[in-house]
Amino acid sequence: MTTVAELPAGFADKVTAAQSTFRAVMDAMARPGRICKVAAALPAPAPLMPAVAAIALTLFDHDTPIWLDAAVVRHREVGQWLKFHCSAPVVEEASVASFALVADPARMPALDCFALGSNDYPDRSTTLILQVASLTDGAPLELSGPGIRGTTALAATVSADLIAQLALNRELFPRGVDLVLVAGDEVVALPRSTRITAKGG
Amino acid sequence: MNAPTYNFAYLDEGTKRMIRRAILKAIAIPGYQVPFASREMPMPYGWGTGGVQVTAAILGPQDVLKVIDQGSDDTTNAISIRKFFAKTAGVATTTRTEEASVIQTRHRIPEAPLHAGQVLVYQVPIPEPLRYLEPRETETRRMHALGEYGLMHVKLYEDIAKFGHIATAYAYPVKVAGRYVMDPSPTPKFDNPKMNDCEALQLFGAGREKRIYAIPPYTQVVSLDFEDHPFTRYRQDAPCALCGAEDSYLDEIVTDDQGSRMFVCSDTDYCETRQRDGHLGSESAPNKEHGHG
Repeated sequence: MTTVAELPAGFADKVTAAQSTFRAVMDAMARPGRICKVAAALPAPAPLMPAVAAIALTLFDHDTPIWLDAAVVRHREVGQWLKFHCSAPVVEEASVASFALVADPARMPALDCFALGSNDYPDRSTTLILQVASLTDGAPLELSGPGIRGTTALAATVSADLIAQLALNRELFPRGVDLVLVAGDEVVALPRSTRITAKGG
Repeated sequence: MNAPTYNFAYLDEGTKRMIRRAILKAIAIPGYQVPFASREMPMPYGWGTGGVQVTAAILGPQDVLKVIDQGSDDTTNAISIRKFFAKTAGVATTTRTEEASVIQTRHRIPEAPLHAGQVLVYQVPIPEPLRYLEPRETETRRMHALGEYGLMHVKLYEDIAKFGHIATAYAYPVKVAGRYVMDPSPTPKFDNPKMNDCEALQLFGAGREKRIYAIPPYTQVVSLDFEDHPFTRYRQDAPCALCGAEDSYLDEIVTDDQGSRMFVCSDTDYCETRQRDGHLGSESAPNKEHGHG
């Protein structure tokens, strides 16, 4: 059992670190496909990436049920760390989660297992935070939609299956989930409004 | 003596987290009004509490803040909000549109084109464009859910039937990204085209009504109209009396009780910049000091 004293620390300066992290995520969400750096990324319990830890400290609290994938749940320290720093309830039912932390996107459940919001309240949906190997070394994708001038390119390492699911997610608009892809201390957002196609396809 | 009494930018961190989550949803669903737990602010509702809360949630120490009220940097509302953030967040403030990273506005969009590094925060009194047509929140929510906006077109049609043209002059309804009909706040319809394909992120905060909504950059924003009665901008047919601008939105100023009046730019920064650049209007005094900020 890890004691509180042994848990990795949170932000050194809560106010400015949370603000700069939020602005990076807001910028990413407003400009899908753009890679934004989280300057306040911090060492976190494995397997959380530094930017994921910063996003957790910035956006999670007692009002936001968190769902963790099996690769995260395995590490009990992560749950303790989230509880201690964010007071966020960890839930097993993905469909009620405000946020989902996914360390192993290859084995994540289908997107429609998460909260998709209703037509009346499409905002009551899950924001998925996916840890990926790279934001630049994957197969080229073409993005279009609000926040993008014309089209933009993204080469994050996401599976073809996930791209196919995201196409269905786009069809649900205004319902649907929003994705934040993280690699190290960098983030890219794919809100539900973004259309994603394999380049040339 | 000067121990900090407030958190940075006044709001506590828990409130900022809640507002930040609402902002992210608002950006992901352009034009949809996200409910949020609006706080009591040290100013009355109607003075921009929604805009102030959005600004407080996004503002950082490196930001440069501009606040305008009806285009002006130096009216009571603009000055008090600018001073509020200078005091509680210690941020730099400016009146120059191009220098600002965050611009909070009441009822105008600056004349100078906004750029990609900027965020425009609107103060919104009534966020629901359908509210005066249908008072029940349950019904308007259902109309948005179904994308059923026939009622709004009936309203515009009734304008035409009564007045011969669409008489709605401000808070002119727009459709965002082909889905949600949105109230652009009481900006003159002259400003509507500036929202379309704008490089800057636009955020809207309604404090009393507890709603936040957004238009991401490069998003299609269309003013509702009819094929045979297309949307038109309206501008007083006169040049600015101080800078001679023929393309800016004008305020009408009554100068005496004999019916005399003059028209001047409502955007004071735009007007002052033009005067500095040597543009003159009919009322310009040759030796007048430039600027008043």
